Amino acid sequence: MKRHSIMPGFAPSLGFTVVYLSLVVLIPLSTLVVTSFGLSFSEYLKIITHARVLASFKVSFTASLFAAFCAGLIGFVIAWVLVRYPFPGKKLFDALIDLPFALPTAVAGIVLATIYQPSGMLGRILMQQFGLQVAYKPLGIVFALIFISLPFVVRTLEPVLQEFDTAMEEAAASLGASRIKVFIHIILPNLFPAMLTGFALAFARGIGEYGSVIFIAGNLPYVSEIIPLMIITKLEQYDVPGATAIALTMLVISFLLLLVINLLQRWVRIRSGQV
Amino acid sequence: MSIILSDISKNFGRFSALNHINLEIPEGELVALLGPSGCGKTTLLRIIAGLEQADSGRVLLSGEDKTEQHVSRRGIGFVFQHYALFRHMTVFDNVAFGLRVKPKKIRPSTGDIHRKVHALLELVQLDWLHDRFPDQLSGGQRQRVALARALAVEPSVLLLDEPFGALDASVRKDLRLWLRSLHYELNVTSIFVTHDQEEAMEVASRVVVLNHGCIEQQGAPSEIYDHPANAFVSKFIGQTNVLQFDQQEGLLLPNTPPDGKSAHVRPHDIVLAKASNDDNAHAVLRDWQHLGALIRIELEKISPYHSGLSIFVEMPNEQFKQLALKKGDKVTLQIQRAHWFH
Repeated sequence: MKRHSIMPGFAPSLGFTVVYLSLVVLIPLSTLVVTSFGLSFSEYLKIITHARVLASFKVSFTASLFAAFCAGLIGFVIAWVLVRYPFPGKKLFDALIDLPFALPTAVAGIVLATIYQPSGMLGRILMQQFGLQVAYKPLGIVFALIFISLPFVVRTLEPVLQEFDTAMEEAAASLGASRIKVFIHIILPNLFPAMLTGFALAFARGIGEYGSVIFIAGNLPYVSEIIPLMIITKLEQYDVPGATAIALTMLVISFLLLLVINLLQRWVRIRSGQV
Repeated sequence: MSIILSDISKNFGRFSALNHINLEIPEGELVALLGPSGCGKTTLLRIIAGLEQADSGRVLLSGEDKTEQHVSRRGIGFVFQHYALFRHMTVFDNVAFGLRVKPKKIRPSTGDIHRKVHALLELVQLDWLHDRFPDQLSGGQRQRVALARALAVEPSVLLLDEPFGALDASVRKDLRLWLRSLHYELNVTSIFVTHDQEEAMEVASRVVVLNHGCIEQQGAPSEIYDHPANAFVSKFIGQTNVLQFDQQEGLLLPNTPPDGKSAHVRPHDIVLAKASNDDNAHAVLRDWQHLGALIRIELEKISPYHSGLSIFVEMPNEQFKQLALKKGDKVTLQIQRAHWFH
């Protein structure tokens, strides 16, 4: 028996989705998998456990997670200010947030490197005051990634903050809760799922970022080489199987991390009755 | 706890929301702040709660000046128009919130909180829903959870902003009576805001009528209905015919009309009779509607000066049947009671 759904057009829209996903996502990604099958398992292990590759994995994932965390905090404050307080020039400020979306990332990388290098405008101050070197160090990668991923966090949190029912805050205050308690017990739990989304987006963006990072990172082997750079290096040496092996590994780890974040988000939503 | 408001003013930009409000509410009263939308009644309630700061004036609760105190320290319970339940918490956690955020020294033990919350949920007849989330409740249930949550901290004053505004008519009727009986059970001084005069008259022991940021009149519901202080109150509370009379028409009135004033006459204060001839008729019967026990009759006044003016008269069904009137019949009117306002 044929089942009828209230929404018409299920077959064509599913067909369109599958074709689109295949052309843009699935076929390219499966080529990656197929190409890496040209390697035996021991060859594959040898490539990805090479000390320089392992070091770049560590650099990429720690820098991306740390940057996503920082972007999450900074982005939350920016979104909060943009939604909660009226101030002159707010519209302009709001438009500035999206700039990293539009800017070629290489430009961002070069600018950041120029400013934060030890003789640069801000780099000099950091160096003199705190003995901190940003450019050409892993910290430089974090700075670049925060710059690149900030708009994702702000734009994810903004609509959620806008829709937040401020009467809930007033209700909590009328029940005797201090500002801090209102923030911890009322505001944070309601924003947490959106913060996780922003974090996941920032992380995903950071792990794949190439253009801005290579200009500021210094690209020292074992210290500040990121995975995308490792892949490019392999390709330049015509080592296609090696490049695909690294790419595949990175893909799998990223996918697993994003899956964990999604599950966490689901768990939070179910626990707080927001399904 | 008694509430005293002295000389409260509040402006939003150039709009004056409240204008030198003085109000005294004795302990244990159930007061309605009644007025059309935009009259400042919700602003006044929020100023009492401390959710809004007045530009000038003082708020005294139980004789203590609370004007500068933060809402969390005023010891009030506030029920919001759209309930403002914490949507990430269960019904139980919502009600327990006020107890759990108390400073450690005065916070009840977990067992005491448990007992108290269940007792409150029983009071509002919702204990069986204690593990649900607000999104899974109906409007009436949410309203009662909001009330239980406000009562949990044992407020000395209960403030309710349009408590029945978002409910459908049948639920609203039930909740009104329930709120009234709950008030007499708990004896907490309560103020609720409403734009529905019927609701104010039915629930409150005392009604304060507001308009354009000023108090027009305050008193018991019967007092306000029977002795309106001015034209606004007379028109806003219940049905009123506003009639202009000149000297020749004075015959159908209980007293001679004061110069330049109009008569405000309740529909049930007019006695209707079939006119014996065309000369002494005052009005023509146009139409009527059944309002349950009463009939509302629509008349058109016959007058050389104000033709086409509608007058509404109400009388019991039986009485109307005995008159045996038809549409287009000419009738005489006898006004038994009128208030005169400019």
